[in-house]
Amino acid sequence: MHPAPSVILFTTLSGLGFGLLFFLGLGFPNVSGWVAFVFFAIAYALSVGGLMASTFHLGHPERALKAFTQWKTSWLSREGWCAVLALLVMGLYAIGVIFLDQRWSGLGLIGSLLSLATVFTTSMIYTQLKTIPRWNLTLTPVMFLSFSVAGGALLAGQTAFAIPLLLIAALVQILYWRSGDQALANSGTNLGTATGLGDRGSVRAFEPPHTGTNYLLREFVHVVGRKHADKLRAISFALAFVVPVGLLILPFNHLVGALAVLSHMAGIATSRWLFFAQAEHVVGLYYGKR
Amino acid sequence: MGLVIDLDTCVGCHACVISCKGWNTENYGAPLSDQDAYGADPSGTFLNRVHSYEVQPAEGAAQLIHFPKSCLHCEDAPCVTVCPTGASYKRVEDGIVLVNESDCIGCGLCAWACPYGARELDAAEGVMKKCTLCVDRIYNDNLPEEDRVPACVRTCPAGARHFGDLGDPDSEVSQLVAERGGMDLMPEMGTKPVNKYLPPRPKDTVEDQIDILAPLLAPVADEPKGFLGWLDKALEKL
Repeated sequence: MHPAPSVILFTTLSGLGFGLLFFLGLGFPNVSGWVAFVFFAIAYALSVGGLMASTFHLGHPERALKAFTQWKTSWLSREGWCAVLALLVMGLYAIGVIFLDQRWSGLGLIGSLLSLATVFTTSMIYTQLKTIPRWNLTLTPVMFLSFSVAGGALLAGQTAFAIPLLLIAALVQILYWRSGDQALANSGTNLGTATGLGDRGSVRAFEPPHTGTNYLLREFVHVVGRKHADKLRAISFALAFVVPVGLLILPFNHLVGALAVLSHMAGIATSRWLFFAQAEHVVGLYYGKR
Repeated sequence: MGLVIDLDTCVGCHACVISCKGWNTENYGAPLSDQDAYGADPSGTFLNRVHSYEVQPAEGAAQLIHFPKSCLHCEDAPCVTVCPTGASYKRVEDGIVLVNESDCIGCGLCAWACPYGARELDAAEGVMKKCTLCVDRIYNDNLPEEDRVPACVRTCPAGARHFGDLGDPDSEVSQLVAERGGMDLMPEMGTKPVNKYLPPRPKDTVEDQIDILAPLLAPVADEPKGFLGWLDKALEKL
């Protein structure tokens, strides 16, 4: 798949933003006034900024409101609803915490759950696609949720939660890479089933239908990422999990915390880039590119 | 309604590709744009493309099979359910999968969900384009009756494309599918495509002996005679 910067930014930033909102809704950290304002500002900047970035790849962003209509069938539509509801509920909760020194814990809990639901619906947009075996795995939503919650704990400064959650996310990441690498082979889809000619012999793409490129090749048959995939996996793993956990073990101060957050964000963005760049869409089979 | 494509008959001439692009650029919906059409890196939107595959059986000669591919108008179309705006829909009356271009936000998710590469986002219009089964031809009373079929079917010089009601088991196309063992592409995806492909018929095999009497017959011409005989001798002497 083509690793579009807008979608990588969106899933990385909004995943972290909603992860932070999840903890703020539960009252971690239990702050009010200006300190709470800063926390909520960061959470909203990340989640709303991510959502804005996601509209950059649309052909007609001015019609984006129409995407709220098909929540009964479309995960993209459900994501829109969850995001708006989560941001509204958490907005009300934030008003209480920041300006009225009131913590409406019931409202906060609903907002926390809606924030997690938003991350879940985002992950289901990818997970539902049978055409991309590497995404069509139970581990895909597990990975999105574990990254979001771990990043949220880190941003919320909850070291006691952040270290175990980062370790869990790291384990999920390894498991996801392992099962993802076998997903296309396990799916049973190959050029033989794609053409229906597989039972007659071995099928080879002989002549492509066009000499130039096209939308399908640009969008679905990205192969650049394969070359350095192993190195990038190591870099992303170190930045996202190893460095932040190492920094959190040190005595806490804001500089160390900020470094841990930045390292984590860079690592998750790299992992997300690989998530797209390594994903093999089965349409590539028709072009003999798998 | 749908298409039946005969892989035994298709000669790979790409006439269906061109007639499809012609009709669908000039008629229903946004035109199928090209980018840098006469430059160094041309690309464009097409609703139908012809691949060519080589099939090498365990024994015997390889076979070249031309393989036209367009929307299969799936019964269980994943492109329809993923659409967040409802722009992508499947018609109840004839099962044609269409895009309402004024509702399409160009998110591309339907193309991600399609295993067949049947949908292409038009780079100029920013909306998703796909085969309409020439919905503006097949019911068009202004056209002569023989033209009320999809442009690709009308133009195919080999008669490799058939159009009809695949929901009716007695229709000509359904009978053709039953007779020839018509198949689905990627059945494991669970899309239940309406369009069917007819597999190539087995090729004749050339026996070592064409006629049991052949070895008994004396060769007719061992040595060239006349002009070829003279040429043979002349070249030999050189």
